[in-house]
Amino acid sequence: MKKLMTGNEAFAYGAYINGVRVGAAYPGTPSSEIMFNFSKYPGVYAEWSPNEKVSLDVAIGAAYAGTRAMCSMKHVGLNVAADSLFYAVYTGIKGGLVIICADDPDMHSSQNEQDNRNYAKFAKCPMLEPSDSEEAKQYVGLALEISERFETPVLLRSVTRLSHSATPVKITDAKPPSPPEEPPLYERDAQRYVMVPSNARRRHPLVEERIKKLAEYAESMSINYIEPGDKKIGIISAGVNYHYAKEVFPDATFLKLGMVYPLPKKLIQDFASQVETVVVVEELDPFLEEQLLLMGIQVRGKDIFPVFGEFSPTLVRQCAITAGLTTALKTPPEIKTDLERPIRPPMLCPGCGHRFLFHVLREAGVLVNGDIGCYTLAWAPPLNAMHTTGCMGAGIGVAHGINKAGVKDDVVAVLGDSTFLHSGVHPLINVIYNRSATTTIISDNNATAMTGFQEHPGTGKTVQEQTTTVVDPEKLARGLGFEKVDVCDPYDVDQLKTVLQDHLKSKQPSVIIARHPCVLNAKEKHNPPVVDPDICVNCGTCLDIGCSPLVQDEEYVRIDPLLCNGCGLCVKVCPQEAIIEQ
Amino acid sequence: MINIDFLMAGVGGQGTILASNILAEVGLQLGYDVKKAEVHGMAQRGGQVDSHVRWGEKVYSPLVEENNVDYLIGFEMLEAARFPHFLKQDAVALLNDYRINPPLVNMGKAHYPSRDEIEKLILERAKKLIWVEGTGISKGLGNPAMVGVVLLGALSNLVGGDEKVWVETIGKMVPPKFADLNKEAFSAGRKVTA
Repeated sequence: MKKLMTGNEAFAYGAYINGVRVGAAYPGTPSSEIMFNFSKYPGVYAEWSPNEKVSLDVAIGAAYAGTRAMCSMKHVGLNVAADSLFYAVYTGIKGGLVIICADDPDMHSSQNEQDNRNYAKFAKCPMLEPSDSEEAKQYVGLALEISERFETPVLLRSVTRLSHSATPVKITDAKPPSPPEEPPLYERDAQRYVMVPSNARRRHPLVEERIKKLAEYAESMSINYIEPGDKKIGIISAGVNYHYAKEVFPDATFLKLGMVYPLPKKLIQDFASQVETVVVVEELDPFLEEQLLLMGIQVRGKDIFPVFGEFSPTLVRQCAITAGLTTALKTPPEIKTDLERPIRPPMLCPGCGHRFLFHVLREAGVLVNGDIGCYTLAWAPPLNAMHTTGCMGAGIGVAHGINKAGVKDDVVAVLGDSTFLHSGVHPLINVIYNRSATTTIISDNNATAMTGFQEHPGTGKTVQEQTTTVVDPEKLARGLGFEKVDVCDPYDVDQLKTVLQDHLKSKQPSVIIARHPCVLNAKEKHNPPVVDPDICVNCGTCLDIGCSPLVQDEEYVRIDPLLCNGCGLCVKVCPQEAIIEQ
Repeated sequence: MINIDFLMAGVGGQGTILASNILAEVGLQLGYDVKKAEVHGMAQRGGQVDSHVRWGEKVYSPLVEENNVDYLIGFEMLEAARFPHFLKQDAVALLNDYRINPPLVNMGKAHYPSRDEIEKLILERAKKLIWVEGTGISKGLGNPAMVGVVLLGALSNLVGGDEKVWVETIGKMVPPKFADLNKEAFSAGRKVTA
């Protein structure tokens, strides 16, 4: 039987049928659905960890104990988890360990488009790259086998176009291997697992030897294969790019690589000798191309294709035509139009508590160091209320640094509850330890909302729907030594203003928790207010809160009741009192 | 077996993703190789959502290529107007007669193109444009969230395939308590193109 699955569903299914027992992740687009789907299978343990590093350490621990384990994250999550990846490659593991990381070419929902294949080479860790959901399922099993055979973690690379595309997957009737009847026996081996210099020095040569053996093994792997065809052009590709290339070069000879690190050098040499021109089709960095060049093989790659953005059949064809590798298809006449088609950027949802907070911050004129989450949308017009955003957890440290530089502005850091627990605690410790007049505002909506309302340590629920201890940011801040900590509901704008001014005037390290549950997640809705057309002077003040149901017509502003959540912020900001609550 | 490429365009929250999931599943049930791709990273926040669905003997890329789409299914007028360059010359466009203003239009800083302008632009490439009162029909049945199924009904006549397969697939993929209502929405959509 075949079933349509997204790449992420297929990764989860592959982990389940291959006996993965422990899974850990922090959500991040486009990887979030992997762990969510895995957590629903019977007999597995799955968790949302506070961040990617913790999740990888958890998976490593399970693999040390001889249990098959999986960790999944978005590409930048591996930056957070990199320290753990590097030691795990040195110690090696016992049970299979697969680390799935999903790159995001074109940054559909990310702050950069780093090419995580570089981590494979950097950490000396093998990496497989499936091209569709069937391969996603299969490669999880293969990665676990390689992991156990070579005693190494194995990286599995996805991209947005694999994780979020649906393609058919063969469903097996076979049951996954049963869990062991006895608890796993932990074999103590401190010389291997304690990475002090003397032990690490013994492990490093083994790592080098292992990657050589893996390169030899790559020569015989069935997932690295040649598809015979026209000898004029030989395409080398992996992952979804292989499919784009197949559309554009249906008759060419292909070398499809299922393992992108280490490479099967003999197979590649053999392939290159069979064809006139070798063309590497790869998104982002010239990762394969550079290795081929070092092997002395003449290739065409980044002289044809861009090093940024996402590929598509359209782009690959255009580049190939420009390079003279293929001829243009007969296409209909180009459409010439100057019709204005205004963009539709994502915005904070109607009713969102973040909007109240940023309305107040903008009015106060403070410098806002933001973070990664829904609330990052507050940087854009018309709110214009955020001035820096780098990566998860960066805002508090940046705010502290700006304060230490001595600027006159009042400086606040704003981050969400999930981001705070991900990587905001340590910079908050720094603020209290090294004393700066930084006010940290946790805009707490009780969910990891941006990626799909996942639970986190502050929500009191786990990914497997167990009730658990709530990590309370207020108690945490007080426990760290903060004396000035206030909790308020941003819907109460006047209270929030008062609290903010009090904190700014105090010139001491402080924390404000602005708490209102995500209205989408909590399904909170009130009656939409209406605009009295006789009172409204169409001044546009309400439009500056950037709320989509507010529509400016010629004579006055009206509210679309279908979109409106009835939060009442527009009622509060209208200087004419023309918006009336119902 | 011929290749059929579909492009669905709408706004987050309109049900574009469910409709494209149903369309992909119908293709699989009809015996096609199928791939589906979508962009929905931040769609919940009212951004644009595009889904590519491909049926064929053997489908490689999950993304459709420009100049190759057979059917454009617009859930929202402006969103459909972004993609005429993706269409084949004999493409058919099904357009839900519904407008959701982007923020710049709400703020009076941009102009939302007229229905006529949108129709003219799409017909520069498509051979036929069919307006569907999808949101109206869906609301009339008591639930405005079924616009995607109304559009699928209208599409099913044009694409063909056993009606039973379409209806059963919809029945399986919508929430059980709305299954019958969605079947009504599908029938209402079929009448538009009957």
